[in-house]
Amino acid sequence: MDKSTFEDDATIVGPMHARLPHDSAHKHVAGTADYIDDMPEPVGTLHGALGLTDRAHAEILEMDFSAVAAVPGVVCVLTAKDMPHSNDISSTHLHDEPVLADGRVQFHGQPAFAVVAETREIARRAARLARLTYRDLPPLVDVAEAQAAGGELVTPPLTLGRGDPETELQRAPRRVKGQMRIGGQEHFYLEGHIALAIPGEDDEVTVWVSTQHPSEIQHMVAQVLGVPSNAVTVNVRRMGGGFGGKETQGNQFAALAAVAACKLRRAVKFRPDRDDDMIATGKRHDFLVDYDVGFDEEGRILAVQANYAARCGYSADLSGPVTDRALFHADNAYFYPHVRLTSQPLKTNTVSNTAFRGFGGPQGMVGCERIIEEIAYALGKDPLEIRKLNFYGDKESGRDITPYHQRVEDNIIRRIVDELEASADYQERRAAIIEFNKSSRVIRKGIALTPVKFGISFTLTHLNQAGALVHIYSDGSVHLNHGGTEMGQGLYTKVAQVLADSFQIDIDRVKITATTTGKVPNTSATAASSGSDLNGMAAFDAARQIKERLAAFAAERWQTTVDNVAFVPNHVKIGDQLIPFAELVAQAYAARVQLSAAGFYATPKIHWNRSSGRGAPFYYFAYGAAVSEVSIDTLTGEYQVERADVLHDVGRSLNPAIDLGQIEGGFVQGMGWLTTEELWWDEKGRLRTHAPSTYKIPLASDRPKIFNVRLAEWSENPEKTIGRSKAVGEPPLMLPISVLEALSMAVASVADYRECPRLDTPATPERVLMAVEQLKRGDSPFQAP
Amino acid sequence: MTRASGSIRFILNDTEVALPEVSPTETLLDYLRLERRLTGTKEGCAEGDCGACTVLIGRLADSGGGGEKLVYETVNACVRFVGSLNATHVVTVEHLAAKDGTLHPVQQAMVDLHGSQCGFCTPGIVMSLYGLWLTDEKPSRAAIEKALQGNLCRCTGYEPIVRAAEAAAGMRPAATFDPITRTREAVTARLKHLRATDTITIQNGEDCLIVPADAAGLATVLAEHPSATIVAGSTDVGLWVTKQLRSINPVVFISGIAELQRIERSDAGLTIGAGVSYSEAHDALTSAYPTLGRLLDRIGGEQVRNMGTIGGNIANGSPIGDSPPPLIALGATLTLRSKSGARTLPLEDFFLAYGRQDRSPQEFVESIFVPALPAGDLFAAYKVSKRRDEDISALLAAFRISLDQENRVAAARIAYGGMAATPKRAKAVEAALVGQPWTEETIRAVQPAFETDYQPLTDWRATGAYRMLAAKNLLMRLFLESTGETAELRRFEEVA
Repeated sequence: MDKSTFEDDATIVGPMHARLPHDSAHKHVAGTADYIDDMPEPVGTLHGALGLTDRAHAEILEMDFSAVAAVPGVVCVLTAKDMPHSNDISSTHLHDEPVLADGRVQFHGQPAFAVVAETREIARRAARLARLTYRDLPPLVDVAEAQAAGGELVTPPLTLGRGDPETELQRAPRRVKGQMRIGGQEHFYLEGHIALAIPGEDDEVTVWVSTQHPSEIQHMVAQVLGVPSNAVTVNVRRMGGGFGGKETQGNQFAALAAVAACKLRRAVKFRPDRDDDMIATGKRHDFLVDYDVGFDEEGRILAVQANYAARCGYSADLSGPVTDRALFHADNAYFYPHVRLTSQPLKTNTVSNTAFRGFGGPQGMVGCERIIEEIAYALGKDPLEIRKLNFYGDKESGRDITPYHQRVEDNIIRRIVDELEASADYQERRAAIIEFNKSSRVIRKGIALTPVKFGISFTLTHLNQAGALVHIYSDGSVHLNHGGTEMGQGLYTKVAQVLADSFQIDIDRVKITATTTGKVPNTSATAASSGSDLNGMAAFDAARQIKERLAAFAAERWQTTVDNVAFVPNHVKIGDQLIPFAELVAQAYAARVQLSAAGFYATPKIHWNRSSGRGAPFYYFAYGAAVSEVSIDTLTGEYQVERADVLHDVGRSLNPAIDLGQIEGGFVQGMGWLTTEELWWDEKGRLRTHAPSTYKIPLASDRPKIFNVRLAEWSENPEKTIGRSKAVGEPPLMLPISVLEALSMAVASVADYRECPRLDTPATPERVLMAVEQLKRGDSPFQAP
Repeated sequence: MTRASGSIRFILNDTEVALPEVSPTETLLDYLRLERRLTGTKEGCAEGDCGACTVLIGRLADSGGGGEKLVYETVNACVRFVGSLNATHVVTVEHLAAKDGTLHPVQQAMVDLHGSQCGFCTPGIVMSLYGLWLTDEKPSRAAIEKALQGNLCRCTGYEPIVRAAEAAAGMRPAATFDPITRTREAVTARLKHLRATDTITIQNGEDCLIVPADAAGLATVLAEHPSATIVAGSTDVGLWVTKQLRSINPVVFISGIAELQRIERSDAGLTIGAGVSYSEAHDALTSAYPTLGRLLDRIGGEQVRNMGTIGGNIANGSPIGDSPPPLIALGATLTLRSKSGARTLPLEDFFLAYGRQDRSPQEFVESIFVPALPAGDLFAAYKVSKRRDEDISALLAAFRISLDQENRVAAARIAYGGMAATPKRAKAVEAALVGQPWTEETIRAVQPAFETDYQPLTDWRATGAYRMLAAKNLLMRLFLESTGETAELRRFEEVA
């Protein structure tokens, strides 16, 4: 037996917790990573384009396609009537979301037809030649407008409550009421939506889709076509970004491509132009938050009441769970002794809003941090002092129960905040900034430290499951497949590390394969930050099964017991024998041992009763905190982020390089949401910011000038997650609430910090300047230019 | 039926291409992806704003001393028409790695420093970093940010990309390693050979593409085709095609006309040819008008500045173009030429009304003359936009103020963009200022006059109220800066 390469301290390449580059990094930089539009097209592939309506709310009286059909190269026009079985792709099964508008337009830009042609350019040009006649109906576009009009809801609201907030608010020594507008956000994944459908035999169809949720695409395509799910296979190797925008929003493109492909017996691709993508697919919900907080003179919160109204758009989509999650995070890291929180998922004549990294949690948390600011400015204190005073306490404190009656058992927010406050020199810098502001007329500075506590698990409990399929081929190479999708977050890399670690083989022996409904069925969306928690454990389970079979075989063959079999780097140790892994696999194959396994995982412990508002919907919490410093120009409202320091908790990191990337990227994305990214609808309900020329996501020159990001390396998940790691996708998005609050402080300086600036988001230069003006117009004795 | 005289000939990576038939509106991006199956270059927005389609284009440029040099610049393939590529070298991401797969330093640094996540913007970012790597051996953070102004990344937050740019700068293996450095001489010779000496015309049905060889040829073409669309950098016209799906036939590409590429300096001022790009004009403009540098660096992204021309920015007549207000404040004049001759007019008189300019269909913008700034005059241009870089102005202010011995305003030229239907002078404010002492009291006293000059609109970039308030405040900024007070944020002290 080969003992030459074995040493006691030998290790494998790419175990769990290693800093590995993204598995596709080499292909990314070489331009050889294939996205769906890069795949060779089957001969005769046709191309589709959406036909968008130009009314926010109307009846369609007539659709005239004569000019469309006359264009050479146009093959067919699809309308709602061409859906073979069902025109419905509502992910909630509320039947409120048609593939194509059927007689009624519910938002400006809602697709009412699709053109299929020989080339994409012909389809796009022809789609503009349709003549639609409408009977206009009154539209409700804005959230306040919808609220005032009676507040029709797209899905049932949620109430969370504990204690007697009404009475306690009245009895509180201090009380502040206010309202805050929190803007939405366009995902701006760099790769837009795309679907390529290839018809097969009988009723079969294969669809390549840029989606976070292949199983839902599969079920929706089957439903629209009227075929069983087993006839539809959905594949995706990678997305060029998702961020929640590809959780349900790919359904439409996949359904249209599949319907056209099955009808025409040719491959059909739908790739909307960026503007159509931005107009016709949902975004992050904007919110209107009404809050009422009672507190004592120290700043201790006594009671909170808040209503979270959201612009949901014309259909439910994921607005129910999104608005629920807003309420689940309306406490952030703070204990509310008496509380009542309500959601108001409003129906509007706008595109149906959807999942976006954080899934309502960020809006809940921004509202919460506004409450903290109100208390601090009312009392003339540093908001950080108010934060610390109100953090959840430990078990014995009696201050560890959330508004949804789950106990916070793993609280590490104090340690994180204390460490960051010290390492970022928060107190010294704040004092220096206050000093600077005294003498600087035009330029003002602000600094803020804000915490994040984010609940991990799908709040719809049954979604917390995952599967994986692992094969070892007779040459010892490993094939990995699981239900999670890769959108850049490094999930494939992390799960491959889990397998490499489990089998103790170098990671280059593990082949990562495209996600497909044909290998792992009934998967949940890669969402809720749960990708590596769920799929990592499922892959671990598959490896466990195969290892048990290999160990049993080895024990039998080498006449020992299974506890004398150990998987060591690239080898298996059997008693004192050392066998190369591949050799053991070859022998096991010859002995007819099954070398394939389907792994499965379901998150333990969690439960949630929505009607009573009680339960433990989250398996654990992820924590973090950030300090941001900004400068603003009080003549124009322009600003820049001078420095940001982050300390974030990912438990025991599966891959510190990837996790740091998630934190840095999440921070900048969240900062964009709160600062320059503005969705602007006109009076006709038209979204006028539907391209990067008008919708401004951060550039390299917008990122914090000094950007220090650290992992809380001492943290370990107390729950038995894969490698004791924690989810990392969403929580960092909320770290830049510190940027918003730093801007707020800089604004507040023009009125000597006596008034809460009530800066709405996105805090564009215009909103910053107008907030400065408002404070200056107050009774401030300060005379600024 | 195609009628053609000549072909569009260029080098694509290491292959020479001759296209006797090409649609006038075929974009380089579609050509690469659909016809050449070079799918590394991505479409992110099709309007020149995201940079996922960034490629390098090499061309022969005036080296200053009468000679020529081969320069490579990043451009957005999505709005660059194939018809404009004659005698260029197009370099795509596929050209970077060695044949054995060894990555180029900029690629390797991106891998090592975790500069990619979803990877879709990555080829474009690699090309922008490569463009920087070729020209700057030790780029500052400001230079790196400037090189990345035209590239959006939604995943990484850019920090690892900036670190990769810094790391790659120090990685300089043998010159033979770099595909562009290796072939400079051969490509230069080849491009000279590919240059057309006559007008190229490719006609197919209604489609008509014309590439004049010189200015006289352009005048002749316009006399024959007064309805032609003149395309210089195509950073605006590109969108007419990719977004509005407009027919722009016949199309006349002027980016290869050497006479329109000239910059002439004299004691009287600068003459800038209509085909000079922002990037090429940068040094001449900033040496003559130093405070203009910060504005120039905020126009578009690097790719747009490499393509877009000041002549085009004027000729398209946009009320939010960034170059007209400072040029008007400086007293620039415009020369238009046609087959029947040339005429010169003050730039401000060129803009008649929204979408209407004083240019007949047979005329083209030939050059802009910008007078030298008299010693002692105050000159500043301020841009306000939602995002600092690569954004369209909400408003843009430009001031030229002359003060007399008693510190009184002797003369004032003030022009704003974004405040009216055209770039427009603030004549009421100018009149109120002249003769007054240059003091804070005067500024406060004249600020209301902006309401006489402008009634700005509300749109998605800003409300009318904000535009007005900021417009007034920018005059205060000018005053405060003139007295040495800090009244503007600077991300970096040095200007890249």
